[in-house]
Amino acid sequence: MPWILFLEQLLNGLQFGLMLFLLAAGLTLVFGIMDMINLAHGSLYMIGAYLMASFSQATGSFWAALPLALAATALVGAMLELTVLRRLYERDHLAQVLATFAIILIANEAVRLIWGSQPIMLNGPAALSGPVELPGGVHYASYRLMIIGVGAAVAVLLYFLVTRTRAGMLVRAGASNREMALAMGVDIKRLFTVVFAVGAALAALAGAMLGPILAVQVGMGENILILAFVVIVIGGIGSIRGAFVGALLVGLVDTMGRALLPMAFALVFRPQVASNLGPSVSSILIYVLMAAVLFLRPQGLFPARG
Amino acid sequence: MKPALVLGALACLYPLAMQAMDQQFYISFGARVLIYAMAAASLNLVLGYGGMVSFGHAAFFGAGAYVVGILAAEGVRSAWIAWPAAVAVAALGALVIGALSLRTRGVYFIMITLAFAQMMYYIFVSLKDYGGDDGLSLPGRSTGFGIDLRGDLAWYYLVLALLAGVLYLLQRLVRSRFGRVIVAIRENETRAAAIGYPVYRYKLLCFVVSGGIAGLAGALIANQSVYVSPSLLHWIQSGTLMIMVILGGVGRFWGGPLGAVLLLTLEETLSGSQMLGAYSLHWQLPVGLILLAVVLFAPQGIAGLLSRRRGA
Repeated sequence: MPWILFLEQLLNGLQFGLMLFLLAAGLTLVFGIMDMINLAHGSLYMIGAYLMASFSQATGSFWAALPLALAATALVGAMLELTVLRRLYERDHLAQVLATFAIILIANEAVRLIWGSQPIMLNGPAALSGPVELPGGVHYASYRLMIIGVGAAVAVLLYFLVTRTRAGMLVRAGASNREMALAMGVDIKRLFTVVFAVGAALAALAGAMLGPILAVQVGMGENILILAFVVIVIGGIGSIRGAFVGALLVGLVDTMGRALLPMAFALVFRPQVASNLGPSVSSILIYVLMAAVLFLRPQGLFPARG
Repeated sequence: MKPALVLGALACLYPLAMQAMDQQFYISFGARVLIYAMAAASLNLVLGYGGMVSFGHAAFFGAGAYVVGILAAEGVRSAWIAWPAAVAVAALGALVIGALSLRTRGVYFIMITLAFAQMMYYIFVSLKDYGGDDGLSLPGRSTGFGIDLRGDLAWYYLVLALLAGVLYLLQRLVRSRFGRVIVAIRENETRAAAIGYPVYRYKLLCFVVSGGIAGLAGALIANQSVYVSPSLLHWIQSGTLMIMVILGGVGRFWGGPLGAVLLLTLEETLSGSQMLGAYSLHWQLPVGLILLAVVLFAPQGIAGLLSRRRGA
């Protein structure tokens, strides 16, 4: 029944979009406040997934492992900021690209040395292994439903953190005008370290949640990193709200495109042409979306800088 | 022209030395390095001289390679047709992508060039008739020039001659009036526009020339490995080209070639190192550490480091 398929893909798109948001939130803050291109953000996502796999094997419980993995990745992020990235804020974007690209290489090899080259298994909680029946007669994996719940909860939490707390106010001040925030006496250095650690924890959360669905392997961060960049460029660099809207947009367009375009093409073209054309056009779709947004609104949908 | 003569002499002698030591593999490796040197030099034109941070240069590199691959699969093996076609297609691609991308600036330019390159990547992945994801094996190297290009030595010298030609053209270009204007735009776009230069057209022309040269390098890499695959257009490839330029020295004439030689030699040495033993599988780790050290301690790249030492 096409209606059920549509609803299922809608939920898949929502789930993917929310996970992209977790990645993009940290990335957009680092980019917006520190004006820093951090290609290594995908490595934190990978490290989070690997740590999650190890901790959940050691503790035997998904839920016990999750806070451990998040804390450990936040620590890795903070260490990275304190030792290397801190020296790069004053440098141009090219130096940042080279340095964080180097960190990708180092992180990938470190993971290979510790965990080996083979993809490793990460199991979701046993209680959530089956499908649930949603109103309307749709059967949907309960684990994926839980991801949607977690993603939405974190989004709400972040929204309150950024708009209602003192720390959030400093973050917004830093994103809209760094020099002015500095002149007003904001301890930018400490703020940067904290923001980076939180961003790392969010990336780890995405890695831990997606681990049981996708493979936990070296290089898993590279492709999703580009999607996260697409999200923040669409949303407007430095804007949490923009990252949220952009992430849902990219998640939905990508997932729905993959599912529905081949069917739509099948109505118009020969089956063979449609099956070739569908996947490629849907892969391209999000980049077309981004190019269109940049063309019409060069600062993204929700520019952070006034 | 002094460094050019020294480097040229070294590059000419290198395969003969390898031949004498019976290391055929390193002749082929040398040709690969020269091809990447050409690609990196073309990127340095937009990145270093033009100040346009293109994160999608692999699109033109890969497009050039695929033109040769697809033509060969259709039975057109002549280098006299395939290689100019590769340059033309890559330059045309650069014209379209550049015309759209150059309306944005800064970080947004980086991201939009990346987006276009990713689009091209997925287009070639979807070309099922030409291998799709698995890539496409060529029936053999292109024919032409009245020599047998299957031999490693002949191939090496042909690539070297083409690289020399490209570098000569690039040097003429950056020292010409056009080159000065491009640098002026990089330094202060508003002022260049105020003086009366059509900034957009200059930048676009620079982008197209660079894309065309990358297309030639792509045509050569397709012949080098007798194989093309979408990974030639992946963003990691764009990143690698960028790393070469930054490593060598952005906006320094020898920056691109130097970075290509350094990065590939580093990879080759470390991945085959006896010293590292079983750990040589993990060659990316030392490469990463060295790149990081270069960023932190040699902000002008290796070329900058060399010229500073010489000046001191």
